Amino acid sequence: MPNDTSFLKRAFRRHEIQIAAIVVLMAIFFSALSPGFLSVSNLTTLLESYSVMAIMAAGLLVVLISGGIDISFAAIAAVTQYLVATILVQMGGNWLVAFALAVIFGGLLGAVNALLIYYLQALSVIVTISTMTFYFAILMFVTDGESIYDLPDWFTATIAPLGIPFPVAVAAFVLIITAFVLNRLSIGRQIYGLGGNLEGAKRMGCNILGLQCFVYGYSGVTAGIAGLVQAHRVEEVVPNALIGRELDVLAAVVLGGASLQGGIGTVTGAILGIVLLAIVQNGLTLLGVSSYSFGFVTGIIILASVSATAIAAKRQQKRTIGNVA
Amino acid sequence: MSPEVATTAPAPAKRSSFSELLARDPTVTLLGAFIVLAVIGFGALAPERFLSGETLRAMAFQMPELGILALAMMIPLMSGGLNLAIIATANLSALVMAAILTRMIGPESPAHVMAGAIALALGTGLVTALVVGLITGVIVAFLGVHPILVTLGTMTAIKGIAVYATSGGVIGGFPPAILFLGNGTLLGFPVPMMIFILCAILIAVIMNHAPFGVSVRMIGSNEKATRYSGVATEWMLVGVYILSSLLCWVAAVVMMARFNSARAGYAESYLLITILAAVLGGIDPNGGFGKVLGLFLSLILLQMISTGFNLLGFSPHLTQAIWGATMILAIGISLVRDKWIARLWLKST
Repeated sequence: MPNDTSFLKRAFRRHEIQIAAIVVLMAIFFSALSPGFLSVSNLTTLLESYSVMAIMAAGLLVVLISGGIDISFAAIAAVTQYLVATILVQMGGNWLVAFALAVIFGGLLGAVNALLIYYLQALSVIVTISTMTFYFAILMFVTDGESIYDLPDWFTATIAPLGIPFPVAVAAFVLIITAFVLNRLSIGRQIYGLGGNLEGAKRMGCNILGLQCFVYGYSGVTAGIAGLVQAHRVEEVVPNALIGRELDVLAAVVLGGASLQGGIGTVTGAILGIVLLAIVQNGLTLLGVSSYSFGFVTGIIILASVSATAIAAKRQQKRTIGNVA
Repeated sequence: MSPEVATTAPAPAKRSSFSELLARDPTVTLLGAFIVLAVIGFGALAPERFLSGETLRAMAFQMPELGILALAMMIPLMSGGLNLAIIATANLSALVMAAILTRMIGPESPAHVMAGAIALALGTGLVTALVVGLITGVIVAFLGVHPILVTLGTMTAIKGIAVYATSGGVIGGFPPAILFLGNGTLLGFPVPMMIFILCAILIAVIMNHAPFGVSVRMIGSNEKATRYSGVATEWMLVGVYILSSLLCWVAAVVMMARFNSARAGYAESYLLITILAAVLGGIDPNGGFGKVLGLFLSLILLQMISTGFNLLGFSPHLTQAIWGATMILAIGISLVRDKWIARLWLKST
């Protein structure tokens, strides 16, 4: 490698740095136009309202890194939310019980995906579309679409450990754990290996079934936790409240640089992806732009981001070929 | 080996005709068998209602929307891609058409104004859909971005345009000529079904016999090899998304005619169902393989399950669950089948 590129230039080739730069520019732009943007109350509300999305994004990120995709997590979140809420209403409990139940149910429902993908040798997108349809339809069938309003008081009470709103604290915890698993644990590195080169990972002696169970189980666990946090925020459980969010979360994670081919992606990137979407939508609201325009703006951001990444990759390829020649 | 082995090699000819069919075209045979089972099952459980002409007519009116959209999903799938924007494209196109129709036509408009407005609306809707397809195709083909990501972007953006322009509202009230396309019958045959069958035949001919269709299937199997054998793969891919959008426009016309209205959020639950129907019909989600006949049979099966359970008084949610389970079952059966065929093949050589 010729060392003629400066440190800054090399840094700017990193996806996270590029996204971070865009985030900073956007933040400056919106705070210049609307003074309310940088206020503490606005930022707190912003963080809180995107925390559920961030928790789900952590799980989806792990699946994407492993080279798969999970469409079923929103359905898993809805099912887990309903199951846990029903148990809590009937038998009581506390947050510890609630989280333990969410982790178990979410993890099991997610692991089913892994078993189907492994034993049926099927594409993850097809399997998770099927399980999503199945889980959600069963939920709607059993509950008849009826909501749960009589959640226990401790469940809906506002909590703020160290002054941090509860959803934000949970999201931060999940993201830190995810980063730790991916970067510091052997299993995390194996997940990158699995996504980068499946055959290579097999020959290295990785337990593919075990890894996939972990990956899809993890996605299920984060979905379950996200379901709980969402129920806590809105103080009710509506069976179809979370459905339709799967593609939003996918968009945020992909904005953060995760590749659908697997092997690439970081927690920092995923966070920045969500922050970018959050800032733009919030900024537009503060500027008085109708919320009906969010979809269009989000779509253009996704298209611009994935196109820019692809163009950069093509250039990089040319440069590498040029260097070799 | 003894020469005796060589003479017994074409042994599969002795098998019963079902397994013979199964080996020749497993997907179509299995789906056919499932459909026969469904007819027998529902026929036994609800004989008067399921085996009636009325039920058949109802099914023939319900199937085309999902069917045309599934065709629109099938073509990108064959090329190894995916089009998540089909529903959004259809809705945007329907809204454009609806806006033109409702603005230009009043109840007392003379015939020539009505005809002109309908032609203008259909044309503008078509152009809208084609532009979306062109943009999607160009980004997929020339920038090399994964089709899931591109169509996720276009889906979000065009649905955004539709929602912004209408504030999420409904535009409705069309002239009888349009309504006829969704609700009318011709010689006792439902018009939307005729439109769907026409589309299916056209797509089957294009995919099997036209150079374009052959190239698309080759791209689905191996894009690089196709390019090196002299096919302009980029333009073929642009064509894939344009053709997909064209079908979205047809679906848009049928949908708005059937509902007598258009809205940004119509038929969203169909998106993943179209993938399910295509894969159940034997379209390889990795690209390269699949038949329109398989897709057609899988749509009939899904519609029968839905109508049959509805007649038996089950909730539509249970039907959806059974669709999901059918999908998993179909993947499982195809896996067992491939292993079985491989073993037969090993035996015969």
